[in-house]
Amino acid sequence: MPSLGSDMEAGTLVAWRRAPGDPIARGDVYAEVETDKGVLEIEAYEAGVLEAQLVPIGTKVAVGAPIALLRKEGEPSGTPAVRAPGPSVAAAEAPTPSVPAPPMPPSAAHPPNGRRATPRAKRRAAELGVPLEGLTGTGPDGTIVEEDVERASRRPSDEARARMRRAIAAAMERSNREIPHYWVGTTIDLAGASAWLAARNARLPVAERTVMGALFVHATARALRLTPGLNGSWSEGRTLQAGGIHIGLAIALRGGGLMTAAIRDADELDVAATMRALDDVVGRARSGHLRASELSAPTITLTSLGERGVERLMPRIAPGHVAAVGFGRIVERPWASDGAVVVRPLVEVTLAGDHRASDGHEGAAFLGALASAIRPEEEP
Amino acid sequence: MSRDVRATIVRCLQEIAPEGNPSALAPNADLREGLDLDSMDFLRFVQALHRELGVTIPEREYRTIATLDGCVRTCERLAG
Repeated sequence: MPSLGSDMEAGTLVAWRRAPGDPIARGDVYAEVETDKGVLEIEAYEAGVLEAQLVPIGTKVAVGAPIALLRKEGEPSGTPAVRAPGPSVAAAEAPTPSVPAPPMPPSAAHPPNGRRATPRAKRRAAELGVPLEGLTGTGPDGTIVEEDVERASRRPSDEARARMRRAIAAAMERSNREIPHYWVGTTIDLAGASAWLAARNARLPVAERTVMGALFVHATARALRLTPGLNGSWSEGRTLQAGGIHIGLAIALRGGGLMTAAIRDADELDVAATMRALDDVVGRARSGHLRASELSAPTITLTSLGERGVERLMPRIAPGHVAAVGFGRIVERPWASDGAVVVRPLVEVTLAGDHRASDGHEGAAFLGALASAIRPEEEP
Repeated sequence: MSRDVRATIVRCLQEIAPEGNPSALAPNADLREGLDLDSMDFLRFVQALHRELGVTIPEREYRTIATLDGCVRTCERLAG
Protein backbone atom coordinates (compact mmCIF):
# COMPACT_ATOMS: atom_id res chain seq x y z
CA MET A 1 0.00 0.00 0.00
CA PRO A 2 1.72 3.17 -1.14
CA SER A 3 1.62 6.31 1.00
CA LEU A 4 -0.53 8.84 -0.81
CA GLY A 5 0.10 11.67 1.61
CA SER A 6 2.12 12.24 4.75
CA ASP A 7 -0.92 11.81 6.99
CA MET A 8 -2.16 8.61 5.40
CA GLU A 9 -2.05 5.48 7.57
CA ALA A 10 -4.10 3.02 5.55
CA GLY A 11 -6.15 2.63 2.40
CA THR A 12 -8.99 0.35 1.39
CA LEU A 13 -8.63 -1.80 -1.69
CA VAL A 14 -11.78 -1.20 -3.75
CA ALA A 15 -11.04 -2.81 -7.11
CA TRP A 16 -8.54 -4.94 -8.96
CA ARG A 17 -7.85 -3.77 -12.50
CA ARG A 18 -5.50 -6.63 -13.37
CA ALA A 19 -6.01 -10.31 -12.77
CA PRO A 20 -3.30 -12.79 -11.70
CA GLY A 21 -1.22 -13.71 -14.75
CA ASP A 22 -1.82 -10.38 -16.50
CA PRO A 23 1.24 -8.64 -17.91
CA ILE A 24 1.83 -5.16 -16.48
CA ALA A 25 3.85 -2.33 -18.02
CA ARG A 26 5.46 0.39 -15.92
CA GLY A 27 2.77 2.98 -15.20
CA ASP A 28 -0.14 0.58 -15.71
CA VAL A 29 -2.96 0.90 -13.25
CA TYR A 30 -3.52 -2.43 -11.52
CA ALA A 31 -5.70 -1.56 -8.52
CA GLU A 32 -7.91 1.14 -7.04
CA VAL A 33 -7.61 2.25 -3.45
CA GLU A 34 -9.91 4.46 -1.43
CA THR A 35 -8.33 7.03 0.88
CA ASP A 36 -9.37 10.26 2.54
CA LYS A 37 -8.75 11.88 -0.81
CA GLY A 38 -11.14 9.69 -2.71
CA VAL A 39 -10.59 6.66 -4.91
CA LEU A 40 -7.12 6.58 -6.49
CA GLU A 41 -5.56 4.44 -9.15
CA ILE A 42 -2.41 2.60 -8.15
CA GLU A 43 0.27 2.34 -10.83
CA ALA A 44 3.03 -0.23 -11.19
CA TYR A 45 6.54 1.18 -10.77
CA GLU A 46 8.08 -1.76 -12.60
CA ALA A 47 7.09 -3.93 -15.52
CA GLY A 48 6.25 -7.57 -14.97
CA VAL A 49 3.43 -9.98 -14.43
CA LEU A 50 0.86 -9.78 -11.65
CA GLU A 51 1.65 -12.98 -9.81
CA ALA A 52 -0.95 -12.79 -7.07
CA GLN A 53 -3.49 -10.52 -5.45
CA LEU A 54 -2.76 -10.65 -1.73
CA VAL A 55 -5.85 -8.98 -0.29
CA PRO A 56 -9.54 -9.22 -1.17
CA ILE A 57 -11.61 -6.24 -2.24
CA GLY A 58 -12.88 -4.24 0.71
CA THR A 59 -9.77 -4.83 2.83
CA LYS A 60 -8.23 -1.94 4.72
CA VAL A 61 -4.46 -2.19 4.39
CA ALA A 62 -1.80 -0.28 6.34
CA VAL A 63 0.68 1.85 4.41
CA GLY A 64 3.73 -0.23 3.52
CA ALA A 65 1.99 -3.59 3.66
CA PRO A 66 1.96 -5.61 0.44
CA ILE A 67 -1.22 -5.86 -1.61
CA ALA A 68 0.03 -7.81 -4.61
CA LEU A 69 2.96 -9.84 -5.89
CA LEU A 70 4.60 -8.62 -9.07
CA ARG A 71 7.04 -10.86 -10.93
CA LYS A 72 9.60 -8.68 -12.67
CA GLU A 73 10.06 -8.82 -16.40
CA GLY A 74 12.46 -11.55 -17.49
CA GLU A 75 12.32 -13.44 -14.22
CA PRO A 76 11.18 -17.02 -14.53
CA SER A 77 8.06 -18.01 -12.69
CA GLY A 78 8.87 -19.31 -9.26
CA THR A 79 11.58 -16.79 -8.37
CA PRO A 80 10.71 -14.59 -5.44
CA ALA A 81 8.42 -11.91 -6.72
CA VAL A 82 8.51 -8.23 -5.93
CA ARG A 83 5.89 -7.14 -3.51
CA ALA A 84 3.98 -4.41 -5.22
CA PRO A 85 3.90 -1.50 -4.92
CA GLY A 86 7.59 -0.81 -4.93
CA PRO A 87 10.34 -3.18 -3.94
CA SER A 88 11.57 -1.09 -1.02
CA VAL A 89 12.80 -2.94 2.03
CA ALA A 90 10.61 -0.84 4.26
CA ALA A 91 7.56 -1.94 2.35
CA ALA A 92 8.51 -5.57 2.35
CA GLU A 93 9.32 -5.66 6.04
CA ALA A 94 6.43 -3.64 7.26
CA PRO A 95 4.57 -5.37 10.03
CA THR A 96 1.64 -7.38 8.85
CA PRO A 97 -1.41 -5.19 9.22
CA SER A 98 -4.41 -6.43 11.04
CA VAL A 99 -6.60 -7.30 8.14
CA PRO A 100 -10.25 -7.27 9.03
CA ALA A 101 -12.51 -9.59 7.10
CA PRO A 102 -13.74 -7.81 4.04
CA PRO A 103 -17.25 -6.52 4.51
CA MET A 104 -19.53 -8.56 2.33
CA PRO A 105 -21.76 -6.32 0.30
CA PRO A 106 -25.23 -7.09 1.61
CA SER A 107 -27.12 -9.12 -0.96
CA ALA A 108 -25.31 -7.30 -3.71
CA ALA A 109 -26.27 -9.79 -6.33
CA HIS A 110 -29.93 -9.88 -5.47
CA PRO A 111 -31.84 -6.80 -6.53
CA PRO A 112 -34.69 -5.96 -4.22
CA ASN A 113 -38.34 -5.95 -5.11
CA GLY A 114 -37.83 -7.53 -8.48
CA ARG A 115 -35.70 -4.65 -9.79
CA ARG A 116 -33.90 -6.15 -12.69
CA ALA A 117 -30.20 -6.04 -13.33
CA THR A 118 -28.22 -7.56 -16.17
CA PRO A 119 -25.90 -10.46 -15.30
CA ARG A 120 -22.89 -8.26 -16.11
CA ALA A 121 -24.23 -5.58 -13.79
CA LYS A 122 -24.71 -8.12 -11.01
CA ARG A 123 -21.22 -9.48 -11.43
CA ARG A 124 -19.68 -6.01 -11.48
CA ALA A 125 -21.72 -5.01 -8.41
CA ALA A 126 -20.37 -8.00 -6.52
CA GLU A 127 -16.81 -7.22 -7.61
CA LEU A 128 -17.05 -3.58 -6.61
CA GLY A 129 -19.11 -4.14 -3.49
CA VAL A 130 -21.87 -1.85 -4.70
CA PRO A 131 -25.32 -2.72 -3.33
CA LEU A 132 -27.89 -2.78 -6.12
CA GLU A 133 -30.47 -1.32 -3.74
CA GLY A 134 -31.06 2.32 -4.45
CA LEU A 135 -29.45 2.26 -7.88
CA THR A 136 -31.29 3.86 -10.76
CA GLY A 137 -31.28 1.71 -13.87
CA THR A 138 -30.79 3.38 -17.24
CA GLY A 139 -31.34 0.22 -19.31
CA PRO A 140 -34.65 -0.73 -20.94
CA ASP A 141 -37.54 -0.55 -18.42
CA GLY A 142 -35.18 0.70 -15.76
CA THR A 143 -32.95 -2.36 -15.82
CA ILE A 144 -29.69 -1.80 -13.99
CA VAL A 145 -26.81 -2.10 -16.44
CA GLU A 146 -23.06 -2.39 -15.82
CA GLU A 147 -22.56 1.32 -16.41
CA ASP A 148 -25.00 2.21 -13.61
CA VAL A 149 -22.96 0.11 -11.20
CA GLU A 150 -19.70 1.70 -12.39
CA ARG A 151 -21.16 5.15 -11.93
CA ALA A 152 -22.43 4.36 -8.43
CA SER A 153 -19.02 3.02 -7.42
CA ARG A 154 -17.48 6.40 -8.33
CA ARG A 155 -19.88 8.43 -6.27
CA PRO A 156 -18.36 9.15 -2.89
CA SER A 157 -20.30 7.59 -0.05
CA ASP A 158 -21.34 9.74 2.91
CA GLU A 159 -18.55 8.14 4.85
CA ALA A 160 -15.99 8.92 2.13
CA ARG A 161 -17.20 12.49 2.02
CA ALA A 162 -16.90 12.84 5.77
CA ARG A 163 -13.36 11.47 5.60
CA MET A 164 -12.45 13.89 2.81
CA ARG A 165 -13.84 16.75 4.92
CA ARG A 166 -11.69 15.65 7.87
CA ALA A 167 -8.61 15.48 5.64
CA ILE A 168 -9.23 19.03 4.39
CA ALA A 169 -9.82 20.16 7.97
CA ALA A 170 -6.53 18.65 9.16
CA ALA A 171 -4.56 20.24 6.31
CA MET A 172 -6.14 23.66 6.82
CA GLU A 173 -5.64 23.59 10.60
CA ARG A 174 -1.99 22.85 10.03
CA SER A 175 -1.73 25.56 7.39
CA ASN A 176 -3.29 28.08 9.75
CA ARG A 177 -1.14 26.99 12.69
CA GLU A 178 2.24 26.72 10.98
CA ILE A 179 2.33 28.98 7.93
CA PRO A 180 2.52 32.76 8.42
CA HIS A 181 0.75 33.95 5.26
CA TYR A 182 0.99 37.18 3.33
CA TRP A 183 -1.20 37.98 0.34
CA VAL A 184 -0.61 40.22 -2.66
CA GLY A 185 -3.07 40.70 -5.48
CA THR A 186 -3.52 42.51 -8.74
CA THR A 187 -5.96 42.93 -11.62
CA ILE A 188 -4.81 41.58 -14.97
CA ASP A 189 -6.18 42.76 -18.33
CA LEU A 190 -7.11 39.66 -20.34
CA ALA A 191 -7.83 41.43 -23.65
CA GLY A 192 -4.68 40.08 -25.31
CA ALA A 193 -5.15 36.58 -23.93
CA SER A 194 -8.86 36.52 -24.90
CA ALA A 195 -8.11 37.61 -28.47
CA TRP A 196 -5.36 34.98 -28.66
CA LEU A 197 -7.79 32.28 -27.46
CA ALA A 198 -10.56 33.40 -29.82
CA ALA A 199 -8.20 33.28 -32.80
CA ARG A 200 -6.96 29.84 -31.77
CA ASN A 201 -10.41 28.38 -31.13
CA ALA A 202 -11.74 29.71 -34.44
CA ARG A 203 -8.92 27.89 -36.21
CA LEU A 204 -8.77 24.57 -34.34
CA PRO A 205 -11.25 21.68 -34.54
CA VAL A 206 -13.80 21.49 -31.72
CA ALA A 207 -11.90 18.68 -30.02
CA GLU A 208 -8.81 20.88 -29.56
CA ARG A 209 -10.45 24.07 -28.33
CA THR A 210 -8.82 25.65 -25.32
CA VAL A 211 -10.28 27.28 -22.20
CA MET A 212 -8.84 30.29 -20.36
CA GLY A 213 -8.02 28.04 -17.40
CA ALA A 214 -5.30 26.42 -19.50
CA LEU A 215 -3.71 29.84 -20.09
CA PHE A 216 -3.82 30.46 -16.32
CA VAL A 217 -1.89 27.23 -15.69
CA HIS A 218 0.48 27.93 -18.59
CA ALA A 219 1.28 31.47 -17.38
CA THR A 220 1.57 30.44 -13.71
CA ALA A 221 4.20 27.85 -14.64
CA ARG A 222 6.21 30.38 -16.64
CA ALA A 223 6.03 33.00 -13.88
CA LEU A 224 7.25 30.41 -11.34
CA ARG A 225 10.35 29.83 -13.43
CA LEU A 226 11.27 33.46 -12.78
CA THR A 227 10.39 33.27 -9.06
CA PRO A 228 11.61 29.80 -8.03
CA GLY A 229 11.54 30.77 -4.35
CA LEU A 230 7.75 30.34 -4.46
CA ASN A 231 7.95 26.78 -5.77
CA GLY A 232 9.10 24.50 -3.00
CA SER A 233 8.74 23.77 0.69
CA TRP A 234 9.91 25.25 3.98
CA SER A 235 12.05 22.91 6.00
CA GLU A 236 14.36 23.44 8.97
CA GLY A 237 14.73 27.14 8.50
CA ARG A 238 15.15 27.37 4.76
CA THR A 239 13.32 26.98 1.46
CA LEU A 240 13.91 23.76 -0.43
CA GLN A 241 13.31 24.56 -4.07
CA ALA A 242 11.34 21.87 -5.86
CA GLY A 243 12.98 19.98 -8.71
CA GLY A 244 10.12 20.65 -11.12
CA ILE A 245 7.11 22.89 -11.45
CA HIS A 246 4.13 20.66 -10.69
CA ILE A 247 0.98 22.72 -10.44
CA GLY A 248 -1.68 21.31 -8.14
CA LEU A 249 -5.17 22.20 -9.27
CA ALA A 250 -7.79 22.53 -6.59
CA ILE A 251 -10.70 20.74 -8.25
CA ALA A 252 -14.18 21.03 -6.82
CA LEU A 253 -15.92 17.68 -7.03
CA ARG A 254 -19.53 17.38 -8.06
CA GLY A 255 -21.48 16.47 -4.97
CA GLY A 256 -19.01 18.25 -2.68
CA GLY A 257 -15.42 18.00 -1.62
CA LEU A 258 -12.17 19.19 -3.02
CA MET A 259 -9.25 17.40 -4.54
CA THR A 260 -5.83 18.59 -5.60
CA ALA A 261 -4.30 16.93 -8.64
CA ALA A 262 -1.03 17.87 -10.26
CA ILE A 263 -0.05 18.84 -13.77
CA ARG A 264 3.58 17.77 -13.76
CA ASP A 265 6.38 19.84 -15.29
CA ALA A 266 3.81 22.42 -16.34
CA ASP A 267 6.51 24.88 -17.45
CA GLU A 268 7.61 22.47 -20.16
CA LEU A 269 4.14 22.16 -21.73
CA ASP A 270 2.93 24.31 -24.60
CA VAL A 271 -0.67 25.50 -24.59
CA ALA A 272 -2.00 22.43 -26.42
CA ALA A 273 -0.28 20.05 -24.00
CA THR A 274 -1.41 22.13 -21.01
CA MET A 275 -5.01 21.95 -22.21
CA ARG A 276 -4.78 18.20 -22.72
CA ALA A 277 -3.34 17.74 -19.24
CA LEU A 278 -5.99 19.96 -17.70
CA ASP A 279 -8.83 18.19 -19.48
CA ASP A 280 -7.41 14.83 -18.51
CA VAL A 281 -6.81 15.56 -14.85
CA VAL A 282 -10.11 17.38 -14.21
CA GLY A 283 -12.08 14.65 -15.97
CA ARG A 284 -10.38 11.90 -14.02
CA ALA A 285 -10.60 13.73 -10.69
CA ARG A 286 -14.36 14.02 -11.14
CA SER A 287 -14.83 10.43 -12.21
CA GLY A 288 -12.57 9.07 -9.47
CA HIS A 289 -9.76 7.86 -11.73
CA LEU A 290 -6.82 9.85 -10.41
CA ARG A 291 -3.44 8.17 -10.22
CA ALA A 292 -1.68 8.11 -6.90
CA SER A 293 1.39 9.84 -8.34
CA GLU A 294 -0.69 12.83 -9.39
CA LEU A 295 -1.82 13.47 -5.84
CA SER A 296 1.51 13.46 -4.09
CA ALA A 297 3.32 15.50 -6.73
CA PRO A 298 2.22 19.16 -6.60
CA THR A 299 4.69 21.88 -5.60
CA ILE A 300 2.18 24.77 -5.54
CA THR A 301 -1.63 25.03 -5.59
CA LEU A 302 -3.75 26.92 -8.10
CA THR A 303 -7.36 27.70 -7.20
CA SER A 304 -9.81 29.13 -9.67
CA LEU A 305 -13.13 29.92 -8.05
CA GLY A 306 -14.07 32.25 -10.87
CA GLU A 307 -16.45 29.75 -12.34
CA ARG A 308 -18.43 29.89 -9.13
CA GLY A 309 -18.90 33.62 -9.43
CA VAL A 310 -16.21 34.74 -7.00
CA GLU A 311 -14.25 37.79 -8.13
CA ARG A 312 -11.52 37.70 -5.52
CA LEU A 313 -10.16 35.00 -3.25
CA MET A 314 -7.42 34.73 -0.66
CA PRO A 315 -6.00 31.23 -1.07
CA ARG A 316 -4.46 29.23 1.79
CA ILE A 317 -1.11 27.55 1.34
CA ALA A 318 -1.19 23.76 1.58
CA PRO A 319 1.21 22.30 4.19
CA GLY A 320 4.41 21.39 2.38
CA HIS A 321 4.20 24.32 -0.05
CA VAL A 322 5.37 27.93 0.26
CA ALA A 323 2.82 29.62 -2.02
CA ALA A 324 -0.65 29.35 -3.56
CA VAL A 325 -2.30 31.23 -6.42
CA GLY A 326 -5.97 32.17 -6.72
CA PHE A 327 -7.81 33.33 -9.83
CA GLY A 328 -11.18 35.08 -9.57
CA ARG A 329 -13.96 35.36 -12.10
CA ILE A 330 -13.35 36.98 -15.46
CA VAL A 331 -15.44 40.16 -15.54
CA GLU A 332 -15.90 42.88 -18.15
CA ARG A 333 -15.25 46.26 -16.57
CA PRO A 334 -14.26 49.79 -17.58
CA TRP A 335 -10.48 50.04 -17.85
CA ALA A 336 -8.23 52.98 -18.65
CA SER A 337 -5.98 52.36 -21.62
CA ASP A 338 -3.97 54.99 -23.54
CA GLY A 339 -5.93 57.80 -21.92
CA ALA A 340 -9.32 56.37 -22.84
CA VAL A 341 -11.83 54.32 -20.87
CA VAL A 342 -12.53 51.01 -22.58
CA VAL A 343 -14.35 47.82 -21.61
CA ARG A 344 -11.94 44.95 -20.97
CA PRO A 345 -12.12 41.38 -19.64
CA LEU A 346 -10.29 41.45 -16.29
CA VAL A 347 -9.29 38.93 -13.68
CA GLU A 348 -8.10 39.40 -10.11
CA VAL A 349 -5.15 37.20 -9.19
CA THR A 350 -3.96 36.74 -5.62
CA LEU A 351 -0.74 35.15 -4.47
CA ALA A 352 -0.43 33.76 -0.96
CA GLY A 353 3.17 33.43 0.21
CA ASP A 354 4.75 31.80 3.25
CA HIS A 355 6.34 34.82 4.92
CA ARG A 356 9.13 32.66 6.35
CA ALA A 357 10.21 31.70 2.83
CA SER A 358 9.59 34.89 0.86
CA ASP A 359 8.45 38.49 1.13
CA GLY A 360 5.75 40.46 -0.64
CA HIS A 361 8.43 41.66 -3.04
CA GLU A 362 8.84 38.19 -4.55
CA GLY A 363 5.07 37.72 -4.60
CA ALA A 364 4.74 40.98 -6.53
CA ALA A 365 7.45 39.87 -8.97
CA PHE A 366 5.48 36.68 -9.57
CA LEU A 367 2.29 38.62 -10.35
CA GLY A 368 4.18 40.91 -12.73
CA ALA A 369 5.65 37.92 -14.56
CA LEU A 370 2.21 36.29 -14.66
CA ALA A 371 0.63 39.37 -16.24
CA SER A 372 3.33 39.36 -18.95
CA ALA A 373 2.96 35.63 -19.62
CA ILE A 374 -0.82 35.45 -19.71
CA ARG A 375 -0.89 35.95 -23.46
CA PRO A 376 1.19 33.03 -24.73
CA GLU A 377 4.23 33.79 -26.88
CA GLU A 378 3.54 30.95 -29.28
CA GLU A 379 1.31 31.51 -32.32
CA PRO A 380 -2.41 31.05 -31.63
CA MET B 1 -36.40 15.84 -35.84
CA SER B 2 -36.70 18.38 -33.05
CA ARG B 3 -37.51 15.67 -30.50
CA ASP B 4 -34.48 13.60 -31.45
CA VAL B 5 -32.20 16.60 -31.25
CA ARG B 6 -33.56 17.53 -27.84
CA ALA B 7 -33.18 13.97 -26.56
CA THR B 8 -29.60 13.85 -27.82
CA ILE B 9 -28.77 17.18 -26.17
CA VAL B 10 -30.22 15.96 -22.87
CA ARG B 11 -28.18 12.76 -23.13
CA CYS B 12 -24.98 14.77 -23.74
CA LEU B 13 -25.71 16.92 -20.68
CA GLN B 14 -26.45 13.85 -18.60
CA GLU B 15 -23.03 12.43 -19.42
CA ILE B 16 -21.25 15.62 -18.46
CA ALA B 17 -23.21 16.29 -15.27
CA PRO B 18 -24.34 12.85 -14.08
CA GLU B 19 -25.60 14.27 -10.77
CA GLY B 20 -27.83 16.83 -12.47
CA ASN B 21 -31.17 16.16 -14.06
CA PRO B 22 -31.20 18.04 -17.38
CA SER B 23 -34.58 16.68 -18.47
CA ALA B 24 -36.13 18.34 -15.41
CA LEU B 25 -34.70 21.78 -16.30
CA ALA B 26 -37.04 24.42 -17.68
CA PRO B 27 -36.49 24.76 -21.45
CA ASN B 28 -35.39 28.38 -21.00
CA ALA B 29 -33.31 27.90 -17.84
CA ASP B 30 -29.58 28.63 -17.99
CA LEU B 31 -27.76 25.32 -18.43
CA ARG B 32 -24.52 26.46 -16.79
CA GLU B 33 -26.33 27.59 -13.66
CA GLY B 34 -28.90 24.82 -13.57
CA LEU B 35 -26.36 22.04 -13.93
CA ASP B 36 -23.38 23.79 -12.32
CA LEU B 37 -21.24 23.57 -15.48
CA ASP B 38 -17.85 25.28 -15.54
CA SER B 39 -16.11 26.33 -18.76
CA MET B 40 -14.43 22.93 -19.07
CA ASP B 41 -17.79 21.16 -18.74
CA PHE B 42 -19.30 23.53 -21.28
CA LEU B 43 -16.52 22.83 -23.76
CA ARG B 44 -17.13 19.09 -23.26
CA PHE B 45 -20.80 19.73 -23.98
CA VAL B 46 -19.93 21.52 -27.25
CA GLN B 47 -17.59 18.64 -28.14
CA ALA B 48 -20.33 16.10 -27.41
CA LEU B 49 -22.78 17.99 -29.66
CA HIS B 50 -20.16 17.92 -32.40
CA ARG B 51 -19.72 14.18 -31.99
CA GLU B 52 -23.38 13.24 -31.63
CA LEU B 53 -25.06 15.71 -33.98
CA GLY B 54 -22.22 16.68 -36.29
CA VAL B 55 -22.65 20.40 -35.54
CA THR B 56 -19.70 22.72 -35.05
CA ILE B 57 -20.73 25.54 -32.75
CA PRO B 58 -18.36 28.51 -33.02
CA GLU B 59 -17.39 30.20 -29.75
CA ARG B 60 -19.24 33.38 -30.70
CA GLU B 61 -22.46 31.30 -30.81
CA TYR B 62 -22.04 29.94 -27.25
CA ARG B 63 -24.57 32.43 -25.89
CA THR B 64 -27.22 30.97 -28.22
CA ILE B 65 -26.89 27.51 -26.64
CA ALA B 66 -27.12 28.70 -23.04
CA THR B 67 -30.61 27.17 -22.67
CA LEU B 68 -32.10 23.89 -23.82
CA ASP B 69 -34.52 25.61 -26.24
CA GLY B 70 -31.76 27.82 -27.63
CA CYS B 71 -29.47 24.84 -28.02
CA VAL B 72 -32.11 22.89 -29.98
CA ARG B 73 -32.66 25.89 -32.30
CA THR B 74 -28.94 26.48 -32.89
CA CYS B 75 -28.19 22.80 -33.50
CA GLU B 76 -31.03 22.51 -36.00
CA ARG B 77 -29.95 25.68 -37.78
CA LEU B 78 -26.31 24.58 -38.02
CA ALA B 79 -27.24 21.03 -39.01
CA GLY B 80 -29.69 22.20 -41.66
